[in-house]
Formats: sequence, structure tokens, C-alpha cells
Amino acid sequence: MKARVHVSLKAGVLDPQGKAIGNALASLGFTGLGEVRQGKLIEIELDGSDRAAARAKIEAMCKELLANPVIENYAIELE
Amino acid sequence: MKAAVVIFPGSNRERDVCAALKRASGKAPAIVWHRDSDMPQADLIVLPGGFAYGDYLRCGAMAAHSPIMREVKARADAGTPVLGICNGFQIITEAGLLPGVLLTNRTLRFHCKDVHLRVETSQSVYTRRYNAGQVIRVPVAHHDGNYFADKDTLDRLEGEGRVAFRYCSEAGDVVDQSNDNGSARAIAGILNEKRNVLGLMPHPEDATDPLLGGTDGQGFFASLAEALS
Repeated sequence: MKARVHVSLKAGVLDPQGKAIGNALASLGFTGLGEVRQGKLIEIELDGSDRAAARAKIEAMCKELLANPVIENYAIELE
Repeated sequence: MKAAVVIFPGSNRERDVCAALKRASGKAPAIVWHRDSDMPQADLIVLPGGFAYGDYLRCGAMAAHSPIMREVKARADAGTPVLGICNGFQIITEAGLLPGVLLTNRTLRFHCKDVHLRVETSQSVYTRRYNAGQVIRVPVAHHDGNYFADKDTLDRLEGEGRVAFRYCSEAGDVVDQSNDNGSARAIAGILNEKRNVLGLMPHPEDATDPLLGGTDGQGFFASLAEALS
């Protein structure tokens, strides 16, 4: 089983890298852009087929290491 | 004062802080490797600057889960002074010993230069030889020094006198131009509730030898040597 963890900055947290990407896109001529925010995608392979157990495990990983709750949100996707 | 300096793969300022500690106290600190779970008896534990684990995932995130950190947290809870400088500050916020987090500088640039800091409190083992309001000049060297915490946390830090240092102008004014990295309320260093844990982004250890262009950081290490000897 494969899990995807999407980690994104919470609303209101400054994202200078997202801003720089937005500026670069604008300078390439892309118009009509609002705010650009950058996040992370972490893919994790897991043994077993118990989806509930897998989700609980990934949830624990997010809380302990993968995301920092002060600045980040996370979303878990199981394949 | 007997200090222990913890080294992670990627730490690179341990020599500087060891030299400053030895100069102030006369004793060379013990060096502790991050995989060790035993910590020698120490009056002070230091997490030095650098790029532990290459700043993977988030600055300080991997180091915060190293085996030695359990013991660092236990000692901090028991009252031992724990100092995190630069990357060490990032590690102790990730470990939950101090609130908030260090984000990427708002300029997206690595800042390497001298800055002015206003000492906001002399009520700590780190700052007792300074006067509150005193301005000191010390170097910074970081890419992720932009202190962030929610409004309630910032209000609590200020209300409890736990902001130790703020970025300021040479005259001591806290103005936006002096706060290059964009830190919330120009915060450069904070204390925990018990005032035994300090994290700061600038490097007072690199302003302790006249050869390096300044000695304003000597008061920091003299404070520790006086308080912990």
C-alpha cells in the first residue's frame, strides 16, 4: 500500500518561496495568478492491507515528525 | 562551569562555542555525539550552530528526534541550562523545548553579517552581565531565522519577559529595517518559562575575540561562567 502525505503551510504563515515562484511565473508571462503557496509531498510504502491501521500509523507519523503543527497542515491519501 | 556540547551530523559551530566557553570558564567543554544516550554531568548543555542532517524535512526536525535529545529534554526539565544557538535554536523549537518555529528569511537570502541586538532582559543566567536595553553587536549566519509563533504565544512571551534579544538599529531602536529575516516582533532569542532554556539565532560565541572584530558576546559567556561556577 502506498500513502501520500501532503504537507502545506497554514493560512497566514509567510511563504517567501511561494512568493518567489509566483513572481517567476509572472515574469514568464503567466497572467491572472493569485497567491502561490509551496508545500511538500511525501510518499510512503507500507506493508499490509488494513487501511484503517495504515491511516492511524501515518497520522502518528505526521504528528511526531512529518508536519510541524505550529505552521503546517497535512492531508493523508491512501492508494 | 562544566559544559557539554552536543554534535549532530552537520553541526559546524561547535569549535567556536567551545572556544568561547573555555575562554570564559577556563574549562574545555565535553563533546557529546548525537547517538549517545548518556550525557555527562554538566552545568550547561549547548546545541551549536550548523546544518544538522542537512536541514532535511525542516531545519532541526531530524536532530530533534536523535537519541541524545531525550536526555537533553530530561535535563532541561530538571533545570539544567540548555542553550541552542542558530541551528540549535531550530532544534530545540522542533523538540518542543521552546515555542514557535524558525521560517525561511523573508528575503530568501542567507544572511551573513554583524547585527545589533537589544538585550531585553538581564534576568537569566545568559544575560545577567548585560543591562536590559543594552545594545550589542554580534554576527548572524542563517537562511532560516525568521521567528514565527501565533499571537497568543508572542503575547505570552512578551508578558512573561521571555524575549531575551531583539534585532535593532545601532541606536537600539527596533525598526523594520533592522529585522532583515522578518522575525515576529523582531525576536532574535527567547527563554522558556523556567528561564533555563535559551534559543537565539545570532552567534555571541563569534564575538568573543578581538581578532574577529568584536567582543560584545563576551558578556554572554561571562554571565554563564558567573552563574554556573
